[in-house]
Parts: sequence; structure tokens; C-alpha cells
Amino acid sequence: MSDIKKIKDEFLEKLNEDLNIESVNEIKSELFGKNGKISTSFKNLGSLPAEERKKFASDLNFVKDELQEKINKKIREIEIKEINSKLENEKIDVTLPERNIVQGKIHPVSQVIDELSSIFSEIGFSVEEGPDVENEHYNFTALNTPDNHPARDMHDTFYLDDKKELLLRTHTSPVQVRTMLKGKPPFKIIAPGRTYRSDSDQTHAPMFHQVEGLHIDKNINMGHLKGCLDYFIKSFFEVDKIKMRFRPSHFPFTEPSAEVDIGYELKDSKIVIGEGDKWLEILGCGMVHPNVLKNVKINPDKYQGYAFGIGIDRLAMLKYGINDLRAFFETDYRWLNHFGFDPLDVPSNYRGLSR
Amino acid sequence: MKFTIGWLKEHLDTKFKDREIIEKLTEVGLEVESFGKVSSDLDNFKVAKIINAEQHPNADKLKVCDVDIGEQDTVKVVCGAPNAKKDLLTVYAGPGSVIPKNNMKLAVSKIRGVTSYGMLCSESELNLSDESDGITELKSNKYSDKVGKNFFKNNTEKVIDLSITPNRPDCLGVRGVARDLAAAGVGKLKLTSNINIKNNGAQKIKVSITKEKNQGCTIFGSCLIKDVANKESPKWLKDKIETLGQKPISAIVDITNYVMLDLNRPLHAYDADKIDKEIIVRNSVKGETFEALDNKEYKLDNDMCVISDKSGVLGLGGIIGGTRSGTELNTKNILLESAFFSPRSIRKTSKLLNIDTDAKFRFERGIDPQSIELGLKKASKLITEICGGKVSKFDVQKTKKDKKNKIKFKISLFERIVGFKIKDKEIIKILIDLGFEVSKKKLELELKIPSWRPDITQPIDIVEEIVRIKGYSNIRTLEPDKTRFKATLNKQQKLFHFLQRSVASKGYIETVTWSFTDSKLNNLFKENYKEIKIVNPISSDLDVLRNSLFSNLTSYLKKNLDRGFKDVSLFEIGPIFKDNKPGEQLTVIGAIKSGKISRLNWNEENRSVDLFDAKKDVIQTLVEAGYDRQNLFVREKSPSYYHPGKSGSVYLDKDDIDPVAFFGEIHPNIIKKINIKTEALIGFEIYLDYLKDKKLKLKDLKSQFKFSDYQKSDRDFAFVVDKHFKAQDLIDIISSIDESLIKSVKIFDVYEGENIPKDKKSIALNVTIQSSKKTLEESDLEKINKLIISIVETKSGAKIRS
Repeated sequence: MSDIKKIKDEFLEKLNEDLNIESVNEIKSELFGKNGKISTSFKNLGSLPAEERKKFASDLNFVKDELQEKINKKIREIEIKEINSKLENEKIDVTLPERNIVQGKIHPVSQVIDELSSIFSEIGFSVEEGPDVENEHYNFTALNTPDNHPARDMHDTFYLDDKKELLLRTHTSPVQVRTMLKGKPPFKIIAPGRTYRSDSDQTHAPMFHQVEGLHIDKNINMGHLKGCLDYFIKSFFEVDKIKMRFRPSHFPFTEPSAEVDIGYELKDSKIVIGEGDKWLEILGCGMVHPNVLKNVKINPDKYQGYAFGIGIDRLAMLKYGINDLRAFFETDYRWLNHFGFDPLDVPSNYRGLSR
Repeated sequence: MKFTIGWLKEHLDTKFKDREIIEKLTEVGLEVESFGKVSSDLDNFKVAKIINAEQHPNADKLKVCDVDIGEQDTVKVVCGAPNAKKDLLTVYAGPGSVIPKNNMKLAVSKIRGVTSYGMLCSESELNLSDESDGITELKSNKYSDKVGKNFFKNNTEKVIDLSITPNRPDCLGVRGVARDLAAAGVGKLKLTSNINIKNNGAQKIKVSITKEKNQGCTIFGSCLIKDVANKESPKWLKDKIETLGQKPISAIVDITNYVMLDLNRPLHAYDADKIDKEIIVRNSVKGETFEALDNKEYKLDNDMCVISDKSGVLGLGGIIGGTRSGTELNTKNILLESAFFSPRSIRKTSKLLNIDTDAKFRFERGIDPQSIELGLKKASKLITEICGGKVSKFDVQKTKKDKKNKIKFKISLFERIVGFKIKDKEIIKILIDLGFEVSKKKLELELKIPSWRPDITQPIDIVEEIVRIKGYSNIRTLEPDKTRFKATLNKQQKLFHFLQRSVASKGYIETVTWSFTDSKLNNLFKENYKEIKIVNPISSDLDVLRNSLFSNLTSYLKKNLDRGFKDVSLFEIGPIFKDNKPGEQLTVIGAIKSGKISRLNWNEENRSVDLFDAKKDVIQTLVEAGYDRQNLFVREKSPSYYHPGKSGSVYLDKDDIDPVAFFGEIHPNIIKKINIKTEALIGFEIYLDYLKDKKLKLKDLKSQFKFSDYQKSDRDFAFVVDKHFKAQDLIDIISSIDESLIKSVKIFDVYEGENIPKDKKSIALNVTIQSSKKTLEESDLEKINKLIISIVETKSGAKIRS
């Protein structure tokens, strides 16, 4: 017994010294190797008298466990110490820049189209589209704007043939006609898209974007039109209250027709939509003219409804404080980066339209 | 449409304040563009103070004065007046001013080497007195606090400018505006006072309207006024004409213009002595010419409505008169015309000849056919008052009888359309005030439409009249109806929005460029598409519809590189055009990328972008959109604007005929032509219309989740193949050997050069083998190894590298 205790004490002491991994392994084999002290003691167990053997074996096991435990602990200590000392030398300046980020962007017009789709989806509208190249029938005649109508002069039209039959659509209204011709009422659509007029200055671009709205059913009246636009403007500008004014106007394809103004004020020379005492013209609308309904084979005595048209670029300018319409189409990398949206920023009703 | 409040009140008896009138105009649909004083030439004359007066360096009698004109900086004025001295208050006229005395227009000028900005004025120059010896001296007690203010009071009346919609010709006359206001409760419309005029004798010049097809004139009224003395207009008339921004010409011309603005009744005055015998209103014959009052010679086509005499064309009816019969200051006898021309004929003729006149604008929109005599009366009375003379009886030739149009109006239609109700009595009052003749038949109104309202033809027009006058503010705001008939987006639209954001998420910045482009650029990218010219382009470098997105993208990329950017990634999603017919367009994503990856990064080596960047973005976008990578197939074929050796096309399936995308480096010749300076330029295009609809939704496409837990083994191979042999085919051959065992094939090296014959290359692959049934034994692996080698060698002619 005293032998084992001696071994134990001796080695525990050794193991308390500052050792490297090799020395620990040496101690390990000194104890538990083939001819190690503990291994030998176990071998010698057989030579002991039976009455001592049991006690000795138990003590030996005890010592063996203790030493083994101590060795393992020592090894762990040394390993941690080694890692730690290695870490000392692995320090890197984390304030160095990350690898290059490539950040894509969504154009404000696309973002606003998504916002509009989300807003109108919420009240049951679906999205329709039509071709950019139109013929004069869909762009004018079917919309109650016959050839001799002076309203045609108000649209500076791009023509694609000398007979002036083919043109770039001057508004998104021909989508109304196409939609109604291919389906049966009720209709409840918005139609966003590119539109073209041969007009170019600070506030006009030869190409711009409009969204057309159309709701035709049996009993849709001007009150519904007002309600729809009130909902739309509040949702789009994300305000609870707005001032809205309908002014009588004239469009050949609606009657009665209205232009809609919304209230705004200037705060630090920025336009704030809401209840200010200034008026801003924002869209045109009206009840779809019976002639238009007849042109698409819908009986105006049975069906009626409203239509509206809004400039998308202008909406984007107002909401996001953009001053220059032309800049939308000039592909200035700085501008696109500044006003563009993160592609993950998908407007939706439940997550909010804008961040 | 411009007029003053005073003029309006000649027709409207009202106590309303200006502000209220302006608001009401907007409320009834007559949009007020502006309301204010017209700036006058005299606004240029300011009260000024001489701060300092020094001797002119090069002239004894001149002084150089520093003058305070109420602005931040003083101005230097060279002045010869002996009384010009420090602290004098006087009148300053800036460059651009017109001196009242001699109508001289001032400009910045150098006087003996010193620049003078404007002038200090004498009383004589300002027409204040004859005093011309020195500059005006203003009393300091009255003017010392007025430096910078206008010296002359602007006495002009405030002018209302309305923007009149094309359906309301009646409101192109002041009286029409007054009528709308009266109906809306702003006072009472005054009666057209009984204009008393003595008509002596017959109108002796014979007038006839020829009966022919497409005759543009249906009524021609006229009278002769003899022994007039044409002269300058009196002040009141000049003022009226001037407030509207027009130039007074002579009393007779000004009167006809005045009546036109007042009643929207265009008139024309001929010098009666210059008319050859008679007036014939007829269609023109091709080749006829005449010189119009705009001093241009017009060559006429067939069937244009002309006023002529025995010698030929005098003028284009309702559009423009001719010089041959024009009135002048010495005109003695005039023939006054008041006629009706059909809008269609006016529009056709003016478009063909490209003439735009005030009369044309009005006739095109529709003139009251029953205002012929009122116009003659009002004008001839004014002419005789101002110029003297004797008026003949009125001669009115008509080819059609007057007939008032009638409408039956179901009262209930109003509520059905606008959603609120008003009393029948009120409806009737509004309509009567607007000039309708109304008779009530139970639930209907029988209406005679006023002759000045050509826009009103059907019941819906009546609804608009009532609600407009009643006020749009009465329309309620109803809760929006939320019924849905269709999904918000269809499959193609969902794909559009998905791909748009998918490409942007790969670092591309979205742009929106014109649908048109420069034909020179377009030619580089148009391939086999037809060039689509715009007949009237906004500028010569935007003269065709684009056949590709790349023309605009590359030119804008260049602009950004010129701004100093180097690594630019742009994309656009939008239409390209195949032909000039509706629907002949494709929706395409086009993306381009220039420069380097990891430029100026401290821990990553930079490299130029290359075609595999483009390929990755295309393939990943398609995979994200739900197309299986395994089925995507790549061919070398690509449009000519790509680098012929470094580009390709992507097919959804090996057997497809139409590619869905192209990718690659842009052709070096094009880069050179557009003069783009960058290390490398790549691009890709995805054609949304060719992306076939996946029949199943993604949720239904996913089969049961199966996986194998048995051990995987990797084996590497290197094959020496023909240089032109496609890696894709090699992968294909190996993958299809045993789909149940071969899980993936990856190429990790491609080598040409030493130890490999010149026309060969070595491709090294890693193949993952795994069974779903058992752990494969060494012998199984050996078997599949041998199979791979032998099949690749037979199918591709490759040799395994030892």
C-alpha cells in the first residue's frame, strides 16, 4: 500500500510542475506503459495473498483513476494554454474593410409600381397590361376621341407610320379597352406601364409611366370613385388624413370627369402631403363614358363604373422627394444608388409599404 | 382664355369678391391658371438713390454714379446730367426698359470705356414734363423709403387666365364664363342689352354658298358698312386688347377681336372695295393659292372651304383672311363677315396647311351658329360709334335650317351615376340657368340644348352639367368595395417581378431607359429585327424603337464610366420591339457589368469580370425562378454583338428550339465603336416571353424527400479529349451512366499545354458515387470506375490520363 501511495504522491507532485505535452506523455507511459509502475502493480496483484488482494486492488484502482484524471486534466490545461498562446499571435485588425459588397438596387418607378399593386390588390384589383405600340383606334377612337376631336392635339403623339395609324400609346387607357373587349364585366383592374408623348422639358419627359384604374360593375358610382381614391392616396402616402378635392374637368373617355387635388404644405421646402392648405393636382378620373362602354360591347344601361389615370413618376417624386423627372431616365449611377431600393424591400401590405 | 374681372362684370351682375369668383370658377370646371396683374414695361422704372457720383475718367461732362436700386449690390450708371450728385433720389431704368418718350430700348453699354448698366431718367424722358436739363429729382420726404420700388403705379387690372377644356367653346367668350358663374349662384347674367342699330339699305355684295359635297360653311352672315374712317382704337379698347397680351392694330380689327373674345363670335372684316363683284363660299381646287394675313403664300388642296370672289380666293373660311382684301387705315367701306364653319372641315384644312389661328381654334371646337346676327350687331354698332359709317341690312345665307337638338333625360340617371340625390326643382333651375329649355314629363325632362353647347349630345352630358354646377364636393366618399374577381398578378407578371428582384439581388442596379434609341447604336444590336422608325422623333438620336436593351444600356454605361465609375453593373427589364404593330414586342431583362471584381480590396486579388460571371448570374436567376439546373442546356450560339468565342445561349431543355437567355463578353468591336474604356465588359439577356410556364407550381413539383445514409465515395478522373469537345457533354455522359449511383459530377481542372497534344485538352472531374441501398464495396466502386472510363472513351473519343 505504502508503495502505491508513494507512487501516487510522487507523480501528483510531478504533474503539478510546469510541464509540456511531451513530459506529460512521458509520465503517462512511466505509469501506464507496458512496464509502467501502475501496470506492473496490476500484474503483481496475482502474487498477493488473497486476503490482501482485494483491498490492494481497490486502492490501486483508486490511485490509477486519480492519476489518470490528473493527467487528462493536465493535458487539457496544456492544450488550452497552447491555443491561448497561439491566439496571442493571431490578432488581426478587424477594423480593416470587409470584402467588397455588391449592392443591387430597384428603380423608384418599379418600387412604386409594386406599392401600387399592393395597395390596389388589397381592395380586389388585379393587374392588366397592354402593348406600348398601339393603333389609333385603341389609343383614341375607342376612347371616344374621334379623329376630328381637338383633344387629340393635347396628346403630343409619337407616330410610327405616315398614315398616323400606328403610334406609341399616349396613356394607359387603351388597356381599358383591350381588357373590356376580351372579357365580361365586372372589371376591376389597374394597368401600370410606359406611356409616351413627344414633349420634353424639365417637367416633361418623352416617356413616362401611368397607372390606369378601371372598375365596372352594375352599381358603381362617383362615390365609390371618391372612396377608392381616398383609400389609395392615404395608403400610398402613408398618412391617416388627407384633404382631397374633386374639380370638374374634361376627358373624352369619362363623363362626368374630374381632376383631383390633394392638400399639402411645404416644410423646409419639402412637400408634405396631408392637410396643408395648398393644392396639388395629382390625377384625372371620371365615370367611364357610355360611348366607351358601347365601343367595347358593354351595355351602358346595365353596367357603369369609374376610371382614373395617375402619373407614376410623379407619385414617386412626391413620396420620395425627387425633384427632377428627367433624372428618372438618365441612368446616373449616383442617382440610381441614392434613390433606388434594396431588392429585398418588397412592398407589401402586412410588412408595410415603405421602410 | 384671358379677361379682367371688370370685363366679366359687363355680363355678370354680382357682389362676389374677386377671390370668391376665382374659387367658383375652379369649382365649376373652369380651371384658373393664374390671376394677377400683367407686368408692364413701366415696371422697369425704379426709385433709386445715388450713393456716389464721380467724374468720368475719359469725359469732362459725364459722371459715373453708384446707384442703389434696392438690391444687394449697387449698379454703375454713366450719367451726363449736371444735377447728378451724391444722395439724390431719382428714377432709374434698367437694361431692357423702353423709354416712354422715344421708345428707345436700353441695353448695357460702354460709354467712353466705362460700362453703364441702365440709365437715370429726366422728367421729359418719362413724359412727366418738358424738363430735360437734368435727371428727375424726387422729394426725399416722399421717396426716401421707396428706393427699389416701382416708380410708376401699375394701373392695369388684374387678369384671369382660364384653361378651357376642348369641350367648352362657349367659355372661350367672356359671356359664356359669366353664364356658368350665374348658374352656380354667383350673381345674375345680364341680358344682352338691346343693341339698337339702324340698318340702311340692302347688303349689295352678293353672297352665295355653293352646294357641294363636303361644303364646310353652312351659314354666312354679312353686312356692308360704308364711309368708315378707320383709325387707332380708343383707349378703353386698346386697354382691353392689351390686357390680354395682344397688340392693338386698328379700330376695325380690334373691334372684331373684341367681339370674338367677348362672345366667342369670330368675325372677319373685308375691304369691300377690294372684293371683285361677289362673295362665293366654295371648295378650293387643287393648286389654287392665296397670300394670307400672316404674309405666307398657301397652296391649297381640293375641298378646302374658301371665301372667294370673281378673281379668286380671298381667304380660308374660319381660319385666316387674305392680304388682298384686308382692311387698312384708309379703308372706306367694309364687308363684315359672321359665319359658321364645320369643326371637321376647319380641323382638316388647318392640319393639312399647318395653320393655327385664334379663329381656327374656336371654330374647331364649335361656334354658336345662332350668334351670327348678335356678332354683326355688336361689331357694327361699335364700328359706327368709333369710325362712323352706315350699316346695311344683314344678309344671312344658310344651307341648313336651324334646329335645336333635344335630349330626353331620365332624372334618376343623375343619382345612379353620382351617388347622391338633389331635388328635381334644383335640377331644373340649374339647367335653365345654363340656357336649356326644360319641360318636365313625369320622371323625365325634355331638354332643348342651347345652341352654344355643341358638346352636349346625350343624357350623361346632362349629369355632368348638374353635378358640376351643384358642386363635386357633394359627392360622398364611399368605403371602397373589396370584392375580388381575379388574382392580382398572373403567372407572367409574377415571373416579371420575381426576376426583377432576383437580378437586382446579384448586385445589378436597375435603370429605366427610353423605349427608343439612336438608330446608329441600335444597328449594332438589332440582329434580324426590323428597324422601327419614329415618324416624329423628339430628337435625331432617339429616332427608332429599340430592338435590344443593350443600345441604351451600353451608352449609359459609357456615361457612367466617363463620370469616373469603373465597376458598373446595370440592368433594365422592359420591352424591345420586333415590329411596329401592337403586340410585336418582347419583355427582356438586359444586364451589363464592367471592370473588375474586388478592385482595390486589401485581402482579395482583383480580377476582370468574365463570361462565367455573366453565366453564373443567368443560371442562378433561372434556378431561383424555379427552373431545374439539371435541365438547363448551354450552346455556343449567340447574337453577333457578343464575343464570338466567349458567349453562349441557355435553353430550358436540351430539345428546345428557342433559347431563353444569352450571356457572354460584349464584342470587342462594339466596345471600340462606342468607345467604352474598361478592363472587361460582360452582359446577359433573359427573354421572359420564352420562359415557358412551369405547368406545376413549385409546391407540387417537389417530390417526396429521399436521401441515402450509405457512405459516399469520391473518385477523380482526368480525360484527354478533343479541344472542341464540350465539358457539358462530358458531364452529361457520365451523369447518365447510372443515375441511381452517380450523384454529382464536378469539373475541377481544365488543362491545355505541356504533355497534352496540341489539339487536345485535359478535363479533370470529381465524381460522387453513392447507393441508396447499401454501402458500396471496393469491388462495386471498381466496377463503376471501369464503366465510367469505358463509356466516356467510347462516346467521346477521350482517353483516360494515367
